Amino acid sequence: MFIPLLVLRNAFRHKLRTALTIVGIVVAIVAFGLLRTIVDAWYAGANSSSSVRLVTRSAVSLVFSMPLTYGQKIRQVEGVTGVAWANWFGGIYISERNFFPQFAVSAPGYLDIYPEFVLTPEERKAFLADRSGAIAGRKLADKFGWKIGDQIPLRGTIYPGTWTFNLRGIFDGAEPSTDTSGMYFHFEYLNEAIRRQYPRRADQAGVFIEQLRDPDAAAAVSQAIDTTFRNSLSETLTETEKAFQLGFVAMSEAILAAIQAVSFVVIVIIMAVMANTMAMTARERYAEYATFKALGFGGGFVAALIFAESLGIALLGGLIGVALTFPLANAFASSVGAILTGFRVTEETLALQIGAALMVGVVAAALPAWRASRIRIVEGLRAIG
Amino acid sequence: MAIPLGYIARNLMARRLTTALTAGGMALVVYVFATVLMLAAGLEKTLVSTGQDDNVVVIRRGSVTEVQSGIDRSQAGIVDSLPDIAVAADGQRLVSREPVVLINLPKRATGKAANVVIRGVTAAGLTLRPQVHLIEGRAFRPGTSEVIAGRSIASGFQGAGVGETLRFASRDWVVVGVFDAGHSGFDSELWGDAEQMLQAFRRTGFSSMLFKLADPARFDAVKAELENDPRLTLEAKRETRFYADQSEALSRFISYLGTGISIIFSIGAIIGAMITMYASVAARVGEIGTLRALGFTRIAILTAFLAEALLLGLVGGVLGLAGASAMQAMSISTTNFQTFAEIAFSFSLTPGIVVASLAFALGMGFVGGVLPAARAARLRIVDALRAA
Repeated sequence: MFIPLLVLRNAFRHKLRTALTIVGIVVAIVAFGLLRTIVDAWYAGANSSSSVRLVTRSAVSLVFSMPLTYGQKIRQVEGVTGVAWANWFGGIYISERNFFPQFAVSAPGYLDIYPEFVLTPEERKAFLADRSGAIAGRKLADKFGWKIGDQIPLRGTIYPGTWTFNLRGIFDGAEPSTDTSGMYFHFEYLNEAIRRQYPRRADQAGVFIEQLRDPDAAAAVSQAIDTTFRNSLSETLTETEKAFQLGFVAMSEAILAAIQAVSFVVIVIIMAVMANTMAMTARERYAEYATFKALGFGGGFVAALIFAESLGIALLGGLIGVALTFPLANAFASSVGAILTGFRVTEETLALQIGAALMVGVVAAALPAWRASRIRIVEGLRAIG
Repeated sequence: MAIPLGYIARNLMARRLTTALTAGGMALVVYVFATVLMLAAGLEKTLVSTGQDDNVVVIRRGSVTEVQSGIDRSQAGIVDSLPDIAVAADGQRLVSREPVVLINLPKRATGKAANVVIRGVTAAGLTLRPQVHLIEGRAFRPGTSEVIAGRSIASGFQGAGVGETLRFASRDWVVVGVFDAGHSGFDSELWGDAEQMLQAFRRTGFSSMLFKLADPARFDAVKAELENDPRLTLEAKRETRFYADQSEALSRFISYLGTGISIIFSIGAIIGAMITMYASVAARVGEIGTLRALGFTRIAILTAFLAEALLLGLVGGVLGLAGASAMQAMSISTTNFQTFAEIAFSFSLTPGIVVASLAFALGMGFVGGVLPAARAARLRIVDALRAA
């Protein structure tokens, strides 16, 4: 009982210094957690993808589309149970700052392949019945305050002109990780207008999405699809939905790596601060440590005292930091709005936060503990802080 | 009378470990702060230097990037015949019709695919971009499946070096040369013959047009003429403006994220400075009493401790900047959200960033030092002397 009490009293002997150190650790741990969560959010699309879906795109790049007739041929490939297609619309809602993804999709096929988009039967019916209808995810609708029945004008960048859609449904995600930041409307609506204006660009799909009977057959089916179109005017590249999404993540890899590196820098910064605190604390107490030794305690005991104090402070800061991460992550997510989907603090992040706090505690105590354990009694008693 | 600076500096030297740890923490914060600003500046510099001020880019109205844009041959013909287009010494009209598309290529380092801009150019297109010159190999021969690669593409992507072959659009393309575009955005592009590109990608129209103005001052008149022509659905931008607009989102993202991170990190470093300065004051209470007894005023004490904190910040700032300036040798390659294409840019240290980083470091020292310094200045002579 005596020793824990001693450590506690020691830790709070300089109340201000300890409090400042704890605040520093809290800030660092929260920053570390937020940065990791930002990186995780990038991977949210890939993590929420389904293993029974494949995505086919033009082998050259996403900029090139494929003839709509490919849909029929893909449907005949063994193992494919459903096909849908989608075009990236890339419209601007009021101003360029309001970016959100918009797709022209082959409803109802698309909705069947994406069961995680949950619409009420009435909304689904209303959407399918209205050629210029659209559905939006909950996050997106909340961000702009859209209600069912609203008209949404989009200024086309890829497809010229202003397009107006009637919001017929707001869908929720079946899982918390489901992306509800997008807007979807009828491919036919877009295609008919394009056929009138730019006949050469009509009947073209940006990507095909296939539903598989058996996820284990993904590789074989992908190959079968790509073989079907080999040496044609537009060759295809089929991959699992996860690989497709990871392809997007890989494009921002340099930035993600930088954010990750920076998240470790903050831990190093706080390590320096904490090491400073422990070094000052130990230096002031050399005389006490010498006294312990004179009383017969070993060098290991003195080192353990310092480690316990350092770990205690670091862990306290770490726990407060973890507790604060949740409200701050929510505040951050709501301030950036619908852009970051799947902004969730994971268990792995929490474990890493606690791990980082403990590491800070150990590293900060190492040098002072080593010095204090080797101190010679006479020198120590003579030392002044 | 002020306390001499030498005395202040020696105080920092007396506690080397503490000073090093505190300044080290600040140095890391300044390092992050400076590198992020350098990155945003580097990106802007790259895209701004991509354009020439007397060149005009024409794209379809409403499209933001060249890849989204489309100009058919009849519209291109109308633009071609504008009287304001400059004529070179050999009588060539300085206007280029260019197809621009993205292709997916695997990177050398990771094997992961990224989008690369491939541009079809003409002889005039090369004249219009004087910053571009070949550093290896030769130019592509018009009418063949030959391409030349920008410096960053040649080194960064599989099959893009001289003598290597790229396969896209059902053809094999031989890379016959590498060009340097003076750290502009063209370093991240592949160039080939415009007509060959149109055939290979089965396009009938171009993506964008570029021309040089005979009289740069006539830009507004030419723009109005183009945009008011009922036969055209095009818009015109100065080339400098066009590329600067494309860097906006990414550079804003980098600088917002970076500034946010730096401010949060600086709280840690400020706390470090505060702990150090409070300890410094506590250890020298007797000394402060003596100084006061010798006749130094409270202001002099306050100034001395603040100066010590500022010096600590300055050391951190200089160390951090030194680390950041070493980053200038590196370059980074990532996807620009706006164009959806790969762009390479380097860290660029500008005088503005040096000033901002040092000010940031001094600011951290000041905030960390002001409370401890005030405590030191408030001490009463008798108490201070008794404490010693």
